[in-house]
Amino acid sequence: MSAIIELTGVRKTYASGSLEVEALRGIDATIAEGEYVAIVGPSGSGKSTLMHILGCLDVPTSGSYRLAGHDVGALDEAALAAIRNAQIGFVFQQFNLLAGLPAWRNVELPLVYGGLSRTERRARAHLALERVGLADRADHRPGELSGGQQQRVAVARALVTEPAMILADEPTGNLDSTSTEDVLGLFRELHDSGRTIVLITHEHDVAEQADRVLTIRDGELSEGRWQRSVVGGSRL
Amino acid sequence: MNGRETLRTAVEAVQQHRLRSLLTMLGIVIGISSVILTVGLGQGAQDEVRDQIDSLGSNLLIVSPGSSTDSSGIRGGFGSASTLTLADAEAMADRAVAPDVAAVAPTTSTQAALEVGTTNWTTSLVGTTPAWLDVRSRELAAGRFFTAAELASGAEVVVLASDTAAELFTFGNPVGQQVTVNGTALTVIGVLAPSGSTSSTASEDDQALLPLSTAERVSGQTGSSLSTVYVEAASAASLSAAYQEVQALLLTLHDLGLSDADFTIATQDSLLEAANATNETMTVLLAGIAAISLLVGGIGVMNIMLVSVTERIREIGLRKALGATPSAIRRQFLAEASILGLSGGVLGALLGIAGAFVLPSFIDQRVTVSVPAIGAAVGVALALGLGFGVYPASRAAALTPIDALRSE
Repeated sequence: MSAIIELTGVRKTYASGSLEVEALRGIDATIAEGEYVAIVGPSGSGKSTLMHILGCLDVPTSGSYRLAGHDVGALDEAALAAIRNAQIGFVFQQFNLLAGLPAWRNVELPLVYGGLSRTERRARAHLALERVGLADRADHRPGELSGGQQQRVAVARALVTEPAMILADEPTGNLDSTSTEDVLGLFRELHDSGRTIVLITHEHDVAEQADRVLTIRDGELSEGRWQRSVVGGSRL
Repeated sequence: MNGRETLRTAVEAVQQHRLRSLLTMLGIVIGISSVILTVGLGQGAQDEVRDQIDSLGSNLLIVSPGSSTDSSGIRGGFGSASTLTLADAEAMADRAVAPDVAAVAPTTSTQAALEVGTTNWTTSLVGTTPAWLDVRSRELAAGRFFTAAELASGAEVVVLASDTAAELFTFGNPVGQQVTVNGTALTVIGVLAPSGSTSSTASEDDQALLPLSTAERVSGQTGSSLSTVYVEAASAASLSAAYQEVQALLLTLHDLGLSDADFTIATQDSLLEAANATNETMTVLLAGIAAISLLVGGIGVMNIMLVSVTERIREIGLRKALGATPSAIRRQFLAEASILGLSGGVLGALLGIAGAFVLPSFIDQRVTVSVPAIGAAVGVALALGLGFGVYPASRAAALTPIDALRSE
């Protein structure tokens, strides 16, 4: 299978006052199409920075990032917005649904920026909601839905553009265990139907769900589960 | 994101914060309605003056005596001199001397108390000639005007203006009744129709007209000095020719040069211009104050838009993450600010129009609603919203998606 994500020597340095903080120290990674990958790491490990770069919300200081054949490093804000719109489906910890809009209007939002016609947007939004099992909740506002349902709406929104990758940032962080299982089950189904999923988390049982786990620590990425030898080890 | 989507998103954002949006618009609403009202008041005052001047007659020259200087050097105002005589007026009416003059109505004016039984009413006693009715474009509601024969004989007859007649004769027809002035009994032979001027200050409908000769006798002033001579030109085109003729004639008769003329000739246009000059100054001043309130309203829009950007920073971040370009975000906030400005303008226009209908019953001033002024006001409101939306919209567009998403 062809690589959908290629990171080569990616570094990210932040200037914090006179101090330079190196959040990512040369990351190399390849994720193939259709893979289900979890990236785990404690807070302060550079996990968020990596997520921002993978999500084209930020660009690396040096190194290259190719997403679905596009070299992302050289793009300006407007071009990055277009890449995010077409290639990435975000799922956030906070759901980030617009409270004033019914579920289907939230789902169609990326298509609005993609420039699709209204009828097409509506049809695709309803299809995506059907895909996550919320077809009957299309006209409900986020406030009228449970946390798990809201996250399903967010997943539908991530699916609706048929992106190259679904990038989920702590998607279960705000959910109870039932809803967590619910959402993770959904990811599994999506993966089984061929979706590329990158899941960023600090919870091991969540990371367990993925086929492949990458660990980030002190700005460096490595294959495998780092905590297996520390905390997780006692569990095995 | 096309224009329709941008507009729809902006309208939804405004609707979601109804109260805040209304409060934001308030400054613009007040500004626009006060601009419309002040311009309307100015326009109304001008219309009123124009009606008043139009009601004097048409193609009219108004000749008044000039200023007088007494022995101690004190100069009186216009009309204080007694330089205009009946002979002057008769000369103006001479076709051979002034061919462009159609008719001349000399008038004298004094205040006097008119008595009917136990009722009395003080008004202007105007002595004139039968030509007055035509020259001043007036009509009779009842009876007739006095004739040349009555003028020649000094007949004891009087024609009352409508308000005067109403004050003196509450019941019945005044025509044929007797009115006593300074001990002389006069017979009412006619009543004038109302002048049509709506001004409350006009005395056009409160006066008593009598033959010039009778007026001199009744008021006891036999100086033959006239207060005003109304001269009607043959047509609108010959107005300036008539002006020249009357001026030349009077200068010759009084044996004076142009620089020391002892009379003034006003046209309706010159009266209108003088009156409008004062009105315009007031209108400009008031509209200027209203414009400042509009500016304050615009700053209010900017203020609230900045708050709105800060408040919706997560929404902005999300929209950016989902693929909104900086310019799409900028357009959305500009559209929002424009909608606030436009809605404020439309509400303000409605309020102003409502005020224009309600205000006259409180302050006895005509308010003329001018459609171009309303259009301009609404346009200005839209421009204000757009103009003051630029800064907040740029702030929103410049937010990086990470910072926007991260903020709680």
